[in-house]
Amino acid sequence: MEICRRKNQIEISELDPFLAELLRQIPSCANPEGAPAAEQRIFSPPVNGKEPEMCAEWKMYVQPELRRLFQSATETVGADLKQLNGTEQSLTNRTLRIPTKHSDAWLSALNQARLVIAAKNNFTELELSDHLRSPIGSRRDLSLFQVNFYGFLQEFILRELDC
Amino acid sequence: MLAFFMTAEPLAAEVAVPVAPGIPRPKSAGPSNVGAPTIEKETRTEEELDLPWHVVVHNDPVNLMSYVTMVFQRVFGYPRDKAERHMLEVHQKGRSILWSGVRERAELYVQQLHGYLLLATIEKVS
Repeated sequence: MEICRRKNQIEISELDPFLAELLRQIPSCANPEGAPAAEQRIFSPPVNGKEPEMCAEWKMYVQPELRRLFQSATETVGADLKQLNGTEQSLTNRTLRIPTKHSDAWLSALNQARLVIAAKNNFTELELSDHLRSPIGSRRDLSLFQVNFYGFLQEFILRELDC
Repeated sequence: MLAFFMTAEPLAAEVAVPVAPGIPRPKSAGPSNVGAPTIEKETRTEEELDLPWHVVVHNDPVNLMSYVTMVFQRVFGYPRDKAERHMLEVHQKGRSILWSGVRERAELYVQQLHGYLLLATIEKVS
């Protein structure tokens, strides 16, 4: 896989089917529904301690806005990922082009996906900093690899935004 | 906010009178100096009364350091070095106070930080 900036696009080329599939999973991985730990992390309370009134207001007025914001980001990413639709064979050496104007949506969706996966798996700080773990060992290892892969993409996009 | 101070004979058992911060406590009067009570009144704006609330960002091992720095720059308009200092404080100490001020604005900042999926809370200074 190669990643580079070309004019107004970020180009991820020579994608093998495995990495292409991980990319295609971003929108579904970013969805915290059905996982209370992930839901709790994505929609964290605005105060520490007991402020039930404020938490209730937050839930009623702020959370729906945040939900829309996150959904809009994953929809943008989902639309970009349609470039990768096809059979497994046709996914070989595919190229994904991300318009730089979609960078914020990608950063958000990648972050959501990383947080949701980490919350679902209850990864420790030690595990998250272990970038050399093989992705082949178990489902948990694969999830950790996914978090690191999405983090790598985030880093690249951030670097490009800095330029 | 009101603060009352009486210039009168000191009582046998002195009664503690709440004093607003910044208002000097009067010197106790001499035994023969009995005067009319004076009432000092201080008014403050609602905004001053509401001060201060902290916007606190808490450590999260998932969020990338570079991402957190970018968010601080965007949300608070901090220069990169200041944003990085706060990011490192979050990383090393577990939390950092990013901003202090009136509640409404603090809530708005927290909302923005949640929009970037950072763990942020508002805290009233006790």
